Amino acid sequence: MTVDHGLAVALRRRRYLLSAWPWRALAYALTTLPLAGAAAFGAAVVAAPLLLVVSALRRGRPVDAEALAVLAVVALAVVAFAPLAGAPVAAVERWRLGLVDDRPVTAPRWRGLAARFTTATGWREGAYLAVLGVVLPLAYGMFGLLVLLDVALVAGPWLAGGEDRIVLVWATVDSPAEAVPYALAGLLAVPALVYLAGLLVAAQAAVARRLLDDAPGGAALREVTRSRARLVGAYEAERRRIERDMHDGAQPRLTALTLQLGLARLDVPDDSPAAKPLAVAHEQAKELMVTLRGIVQGIRPQQLTELGLAGAVGELAARSVVPVTVRADLTRPVPDLIETTAWYVVSETLGNVARHAGAGRAQVRLTRDDRRLVVEVRDDGRGGADPARGTGLTGLADRVAAVEGRLLLSSPPGGPTLVRVELPCRP
Amino acid sequence: MPSVTRVVLAEDEVLLREGLVGVLTRFGFAVDAAVGSAPELLDAVRTHRPDLLVTDIRMPPQHRDDGLRAAVTLRAERPDLAVVVLSQHVQSGYAAALLDSGDGNRVGYLLKDRVADVAEFAETLRRVAAGGTAVDPDVVRHLLRRPRDPLAALSRREREVLGLVAEGHSNTAIASRLHVTEAAVGKHVGNILAKLGLPPDEDTNRRVLAVLAYLRAES
Repeated sequence: MTVDHGLAVALRRRRYLLSAWPWRALAYALTTLPLAGAAAFGAAVVAAPLLLVVSALRRGRPVDAEALAVLAVVALAVVAFAPLAGAPVAAVERWRLGLVDDRPVTAPRWRGLAARFTTATGWREGAYLAVLGVVLPLAYGMFGLLVLLDVALVAGPWLAGGEDRIVLVWATVDSPAEAVPYALAGLLAVPALVYLAGLLVAAQAAVARRLLDDAPGGAALREVTRSRARLVGAYEAERRRIERDMHDGAQPRLTALTLQLGLARLDVPDDSPAAKPLAVAHEQAKELMVTLRGIVQGIRPQQLTELGLAGAVGELAARSVVPVTVRADLTRPVPDLIETTAWYVVSETLGNVARHAGAGRAQVRLTRDDRRLVVEVRDDGRGGADPARGTGLTGLADRVAAVEGRLLLSSPPGGPTLVRVELPCRP
Repeated sequence: MPSVTRVVLAEDEVLLREGLVGVLTRFGFAVDAAVGSAPELLDAVRTHRPDLLVTDIRMPPQHRDDGLRAAVTLRAERPDLAVVVLSQHVQSGYAAALLDSGDGNRVGYLLKDRVADVAEFAETLRRVAAGGTAVDPDVVRHLLRRPRDPLAALSRREREVLGLVAEGHSNTAIASRLHVTEAAVGKHVGNILAKLGLPPDEDTNRRVLAVLAYLRAES
């Protein structure tokens, strides 16, 4: 025996009519009425200017401009108020959703009044008010008409008992006997109506869940990527530390050692047995200096440490085989991790330009606004860059995604190619 | 030109600083002060007024390009101060900043690796102290790698000579390196300057600066 978690599932079961669900749906529908009524009043206020114009036109009179202006201002005020009013209504609705749906509903955290207007949650709850005030009254109204009609059919034999004839939808009956078949049809229609009510309520509950549930899935995912960014950040800090230790400790000491060997060679005569091994040691130490420099550069670009992003990118441009112009508008500081990511983006992309694009020139732009850093690399090459063909673009996209950025590419055959990377900079 | 060149040395790593002091003394330079940070460096040069400053680029307080910035500041105060900057890795921007300070004379930009060849390093310091220019071969190679049409017109030998000119060597030094006569070098240099559209110049240093300016210019 499975337990249905909600009305939408229960409707598909054969025992629906005999279960508690129709009653639950009824309770939900009845409690909807006062809320929908209040919301409908708000919707009427919003629609008032339109109604004024329509009625004036129908009567062939000029529109009363002053009244229209007042109504329009009031309507706008109500619309602006919707996200605020949405909060308490949404709270009630989340609780009421339990009548027809046993799954939990996540309420969003309260982030203050201003956030009601700046977050999707605020406007979603405002939108729910609109559904409540416009769509539901219409739907319930139509359903109410059907119910009244059915009641009239079933009550036909009693109603037709008097002197007067009664009209049942499409026929006129004079006597109770004539009304009986209609009454039977009306009785048969009752289960259909109960089903229809269930469908209506289920649809309303689905809309409510869609608009009012602060999707836990999304929140969990955000948390995961944040922790991934944290991990990348920690890794980056570690690289920085290693680079600094090598640069400030190991490298100068090796240089000092090589220098001492060089000094020693000055004083050892060429015919001494020590001369050759000393010369070999000196050469090996020099080679090791070159090797170590390569290793340090691989750990973290030293230009970044010394020059900052704009300078380091300028250095990349200076090294490029293809002529590159750089424009950097970096008015605000850029976080370390974002700086490194941006540097790798430019480095890789310029590498791609040199290898694949056949370009005559390229252009790098760095723009920092208050929320993000945008890196754009353009070239006038042959275009047709395809991430699927493995030009390192996917690896780059992964790197960008790890810090919650986006990589966009436009590279039609025949060029030009534009790589645009947006990296978030949280203060 | 005093008989003994007086030097202020700035390098934050103690062992290397001592090693460099050893090299300088050994080759007859007088070391006025050996310091380990940019503010100390500014103080020492203003106090001792040496002929030559030898400094590392990355040093305290900020561990960025503090040494270089101090050197450029001092050059602005004293255009006759000779400066040799040591860098852990090639960075053309540094070389450019330095060459642009003052009139480009009396400056050297060297990779730290060069100090290992002590005699050659000391020779470079002398050259700069005497008013010359020294640019690390790696930086020059890097500048020569950039695609420019006129460079393509040079023969292999001419490119070789051009590289040595850009590093700051005199005709005599180039001749001994390439094992040719000085006259041959003079002819090569004349051809190169003509092909690159640079004014012919007898003054070694002005010639070097012209070549460097040419190589650094945006293509």
